[in-house]
Amino acid sequence: MIFRYLLIIIILFPIKAFALIEVDITRGNLSPLPIAVSPLSIDEKSKESFKNILKKKNIGAEISKVVENNLKQSGLFNPLNKDAFLQKPDIAHLKPRFEDWALIKAQALITGKVTNVDGKLRVEFRLWDVLAAKEMIAIAFTTVPDNWRRVGHIITDKVYERLTGEKGYFDTRIIYVAEEGPKVQRVKKLAIMDQDGFNTKYLTLGNELVLTPRFNPTNQMVTYLSYFRNLPRVYLLDIETGKQEVVGDFPGMTFAPRFSPDGKKIIMSFAKDGNSDIYTMDLESRIVQRITNHPSIDTSPSYSPDGKYIAFNSDRSRYQQIYVMKSNGSNVKRISFGKGLYGTPVWSPRGDLIAFTKLHKGKFYIGVMRTDGSGERLLTENFYQEAPSWSPNGRVLIFYRETKTDSKGEGFSAKLWSIDLTGYNERQVTTETDASDPSWSSLLSN
Amino acid sequence: MSCLILSACATKKVSKSQMEGDVYTGTDTVEYLASGVPDRVFFATNESVLTTASRETLRKQAAWLRKNSTINIVLEGHADERGTREYNLALGERRANAAKDYLMTYGISSSRISVISYGKERPVDSGSNPLSWSKNRRSVTVKAN
Repeated sequence: MIFRYLLIIIILFPIKAFALIEVDITRGNLSPLPIAVSPLSIDEKSKESFKNILKKKNIGAEISKVVENNLKQSGLFNPLNKDAFLQKPDIAHLKPRFEDWALIKAQALITGKVTNVDGKLRVEFRLWDVLAAKEMIAIAFTTVPDNWRRVGHIITDKVYERLTGEKGYFDTRIIYVAEEGPKVQRVKKLAIMDQDGFNTKYLTLGNELVLTPRFNPTNQMVTYLSYFRNLPRVYLLDIETGKQEVVGDFPGMTFAPRFSPDGKKIIMSFAKDGNSDIYTMDLESRIVQRITNHPSIDTSPSYSPDGKYIAFNSDRSRYQQIYVMKSNGSNVKRISFGKGLYGTPVWSPRGDLIAFTKLHKGKFYIGVMRTDGSGERLLTENFYQEAPSWSPNGRVLIFYRETKTDSKGEGFSAKLWSIDLTGYNERQVTTETDASDPSWSSLLSN
Repeated sequence: MSCLILSACATKKVSKSQMEGDVYTGTDTVEYLASGVPDRVFFATNESVLTTASRETLRKQAAWLRKNSTINIVLEGHADERGTREYNLALGERRANAAKDYLMTYGISSSRISVISYGKERPVDSGSNPLSWSKNRRSVTVKAN
């Protein structure tokens, strides 16, 4: 609900400056762009009022910290140490002395100003090209004070988009399964957090086992597997209202749910008499359609972004492999032919790649291949990892990794990790508890 | 040093005697539905085929169930941790149904049997080694009433 209050007012259109700065995100970036994030300036009166509301000493500095951290985590930018900044934030925002910023090797500069306007948080920011001595973006937002972290994420998205030429992925959330307790008796809850690990909320209490939550492209709804009353079924959850309902009336386990790209259908597996096949259910008409009919295990379905194709894994060739078919179930083609087992295909939001999990010689890999199976590229190898989920711009994958236990069965952990499509910038994603089954939302604002 | 070698040998011997191929044949985790009636059967990696030993166990269960005709059962299918979560849910379901089909051929009505898969979610052994994994690839028969 809170998101609807976010108003975006563009006060100045970006000037079509001749951009000298350009960040290439198609290759591993070994020399991240030096960028100065000047703390957003704030007048004393606004500072005091937000201190009372938000319990933050200087909300301007806090917002710039969000931006700085996002830029750093992306691996594409190198935010410079603030101790070296010569210009005061308020003056820099009005008219940066570009020589000073060039002196500390900044190529880009972010400045801004925070004010309290009738109890609302008003933030304006500018992105400057230091070497060309030009303004690249100037935008202002007005929102409820509680939304201050989102303002930082939106600023990062604007900067990322201006400098890379592609949409960002910072104003997004991750839904995942929070895990606690011993390995033989894990307690699992649905949890949601901002992409940078803040604002964690638990959506279930842990009374029943829950697995594999996935976002609807519109972000309001989540589909997941719950063992409520010991009946493993696919559920639908409205994040805002907390309302949950079982999807369909199947006489057996339904699992591996995902939304269609338009959010109108759920695609999932239904297991009956030892055989799992793929079905869809239209959420409005509740019409169920059988998509595969094969004595093998067919599961982990994922639509192409245009909705015309479905990737899934099947052991119809005896071992788990990735297949692609038309969305009505015809033209089934195997696409994985490398050594090992392949599973959890997930279509990139750009449509050109499929991310997957691979098991070969006792190691697990996260990789990508083209949709015809060519061009396989393994991004990361580990003892156990699976379930990649794409950032909405198709540049980053998030997945989970489990550790090997020692001879006494101790030392188990499950954590979220992310890696760039380039295979660089592998990072652990901070969560309050152990975590698995991450699903990345689309951008909350556009 | 010699002590180390000795203990290493001993461990190896134990695990060898508890597995045939990669199917668990030991009794560490096994509980009993009644005297002489083991509650579980074990599977090879990625398999749902019943071994000779599994079929013997299930025949004992069937005989016991025929004698105790008021008892209903749940077959809980499980997988080890070395597979993707969703595939393992399907595999657990397939394993439990392999056991169900066998019990039915020995005269147990399907109305007395329900099946649930836990995939890799409920291991009995938390180890990350072939012996632990073999104990976790199982179908367990549990009394439902």
